[in-house]
Amino acid sequence: MVRFLLRRIAGIIATLVVTSFAVFGSVHLAPGDPASFLLGGRSASPAAVAAIRAQYNLDDPFLVQYAKWVGGVLTGDFGRSVQFRQDVAGLITARLPTTLWLVGYAALLIVVVGLLLGALAALRPGVVDRLVLLGTGIATATPSFVAAMGLISLFSLQLGWFPAFGNGSGVGDRIWHLTLPAAALALTFAGLLARVTRASMLEELGREHVEVSRSRGVPGRDVVRRHVWRNALGPIATVTGTVVAGLLVATSIVETAFGLSGVGQLLVGSVTVKDFPVVQAVSLLVVLAFVSVNLLVDLLYPLIDPRLTHAKGGAS
Amino acid sequence: MTALPIHRRKILAPLTRLAGGDKLVTAALAVLVVLIIAAVFAPLIAPHDPEAIDLSATLSGLTPDHLLGTDQSGRDILSRMLYGAQTGLLGPLLVVVISTVLGTLLGVSAAWLGGAVDALLSRMMDLVFSFPALLLAITLVAVFGVGLTAPVIAMSVAYAPYVGRLARSVALQEMTRPYIQAYRVQGWSGWAICLRHLLPNIVPLILAQSAINFGYALMDLAALSFLGFGVQPPAADWGAMVNEGAGAMLQGAMLPALAPGAIIVITVVAFSMVGEAIADRVALREN
Amino acid sequence: MPRHLLEVENLTVRLAAGKAARPILDGVSLHVAQGETVGLVGESGSGKSVTCRSVLGLFPEGAEADGSLRVDGNDVLTMPSARLRELRRRDVSMIFQDPRASINPIRRIGDYVTEGMRAGGVSRDLALKRAEELLESVGIRDSHAALRRYPHEFSGGMLQRVMIAGALAGEPRLLLADEPTTALDVTTQAEVISILTGLRTERAMAMLFVTHDLELAAAICDRIYVMYAGRIVEVQSAEGLFNRPRHPYTMGLLAATPRLDADRPRGVPGRPVSLADALTGCAFAARCAHARPRCGEQEPVPQVIDDAQVACLRAEELFDE
Repeated sequence: MVRFLLRRIAGIIATLVVTSFAVFGSVHLAPGDPASFLLGGRSASPAAVAAIRAQYNLDDPFLVQYAKWVGGVLTGDFGRSVQFRQDVAGLITARLPTTLWLVGYAALLIVVVGLLLGALAALRPGVVDRLVLLGTGIATATPSFVAAMGLISLFSLQLGWFPAFGNGSGVGDRIWHLTLPAAALALTFAGLLARVTRASMLEELGREHVEVSRSRGVPGRDVVRRHVWRNALGPIATVTGTVVAGLLVATSIVETAFGLSGVGQLLVGSVTVKDFPVVQAVSLLVVLAFVSVNLLVDLLYPLIDPRLTHAKGGAS
Repeated sequence: MTALPIHRRKILAPLTRLAGGDKLVTAALAVLVVLIIAAVFAPLIAPHDPEAIDLSATLSGLTPDHLLGTDQSGRDILSRMLYGAQTGLLGPLLVVVISTVLGTLLGVSAAWLGGAVDALLSRMMDLVFSFPALLLAITLVAVFGVGLTAPVIAMSVAYAPYVGRLARSVALQEMTRPYIQAYRVQGWSGWAICLRHLLPNIVPLILAQSAINFGYALMDLAALSFLGFGVQPPAADWGAMVNEGAGAMLQGAMLPALAPGAIIVITVVAFSMVGEAIADRVALREN
Repeated sequence: MPRHLLEVENLTVRLAAGKAARPILDGVSLHVAQGETVGLVGESGSGKSVTCRSVLGLFPEGAEADGSLRVDGNDVLTMPSARLRELRRRDVSMIFQDPRASINPIRRIGDYVTEGMRAGGVSRDLALKRAEELLESVGIRDSHAALRRYPHEFSGGMLQRVMIAGALAGEPRLLLADEPTTALDVTTQAEVISILTGLRTERAMAMLFVTHDLELAAAICDRIYVMYAGRIVEVQSAEGLFNRPRHPYTMGLLAATPRLDADRPRGVPGRPVSLADALTGCAFAARCAHARPRCGEQEPVPQVIDDAQVACLRAEELFDE
């Protein structure tokens, strides 16, 4: 078990190193001189150019630059934003709460709605099943920005139930403001999770040990609870990893559509003005979050299926 | 059907069987055909010039002259949507073609050559897996600038491992079959076996996956255009149109934003259905 | 006459419309007396497993059942669900062919054995104590530790013992065994059979033993029913069936069994009837060496010949020959 953990962490570090290298190196991939690139193509005085060169160690060999950057990152120094002239770390921290609220809210919706609908479809074949399949088919085909527009149009402009823009302040107001964005963010993924849950449960329902349990006089509801749910969790856990990756990036789109000042919107705003330190920092953080969640999911597997612990860490 | 030469029969048969089997799938295929016609013949079909500004007719709503209304600049929405089909379908097509070719190459090589090569290629694929497609596209746009090029390249690279993983596992499965061993023993070269025997058996599954990937690519590219990173105004593109339509919504006109959104959903649903239908046929044939 | 423990009368089971051309069970009648061991023998597709499952009220999805199936006088086919569940917990238990598929791989053994008891309201601690005793009685040593283990830590033979322990938890009067040894190797088969025979004597349990192995059935059963294409074709005492088979199918089955002291076995020609084939007359006529034209037209009704009941139009003639 410990060996497995160490191996995975080593893998994560390797991934992060390669990713950070790629992210850092892409500045040098860009056409033209990195300095002018970092200045965003703006013309600047020689003093400004020299300052940029010093700040980014552009006169050092590439690997040294990279080492210095990594050193900075590890101590929390992600450099300075070109457009805001502030520490990138500070910019991100200020906007992190909004993004975390949004992603958390959406994740809750995804899990609750996805699992419920999927289980419902698996346990009630016929009309209910077909309705769920239809609904999830459309949901998985609706990108979050289309969902955003649709939701704003109906619930905000026509019905006036929810606001169309802004973060809100204070817990209740925040939740009210974030409801439509969270729903827009959650739609595709809830549909995906519902489908996977349905498929996994249907497969487990057909297994022999489920029939055997019924044959021993265990009531139907208990049979589903004890023999279908936990057995069906494997594929569901795997999909969660995919969903998280999608959430972390789709939040950029939803934040932009709803005018929320989160990390995603910071990223989007930084791309067109070529504020590269910001783009680098956010990319790295997203990848870190993504691989961490995947590791967490992998650690959960042995809890779901005891056969795995014995295979990996057991006496073999 | 018996009059057709055998190789042509093999190509047409799946299509007719697909269409005949399921009413929904037939509808999906019909939608796709309509879209392709719209994209190819847009200049001939569109009632107006998609970029023609007419400030006297902004946000007109449904009129006989503008069947889907106009946007804030008075441009005809229907014409813009027809032209939008060009980039809307071309971008994902490029992504799917490149990622399929790349992924199949990587996956089959990894399976066939095995050992260190397999380990290396699998690690590489794992690495790309940890980088979400959209993020890669955004980063590349930051480096290389806006337009379709950077996103298409980024997404082709990001999607390749999905195809690669599938190709690898199917190839590994096929390789255990005795007929492959038989060809090896007879002295066929690895390339020849892969091309003539391995590939035809894994192509149907990969095709099914690619059809579904087309939908994802379409959604991601439209999202990038929505953010302003992909197709640039004034060119007509569904994602960009939704972005432009947001302002119109606040003025009470829903159509400029919702019409392109709806067509995106319809297109993706159609591709998913076709992809799933192909996958079902493949599964049936295996059994 | 005292009531039999299990009384099946004219049981006919039809699959959902369009799925089959003939009933999967066609007028099956059998009975099992208290403490008796009855064998049910046939090829795959003969309907023996469906018959077995019917006793517990387990039918294929969408199937319809006619006739009567009484356990201790109560008709299973018309029983309300709560009563049916009680029947499954207490009166009748079943052990299945593949223990690895029948036991949830991600739950512990103790969980499996006590499940039926706890569904009946027994407390968890009490149920676990009983489970420990049951595991001992089927020959699993260190049963206390075994309760906390998982199925993949056991061999196939051990798992089958666990399944038997689980089946005995409710102290059933009737044990249904659906090919319990088919998936096991020969040595383990012998062990499991000896456990079963030991238990039935200890607990005065009746047993319905389903198998395709006529020799095995003859070794442990008191009486044997032979099934073909959803119908009962012969029933006799084990000794009688083995030495004096009356139905051509039974004769064919015996001749097909490999034996050390006999000539090479001869298989029964032809193939079993599939569900897609509708039947007129005798189901076995197509493969029967003794068939006459009327065999294809008239459905045979069981007649008593000597000590046996045989469903064959020519039973008397063949008896005389």
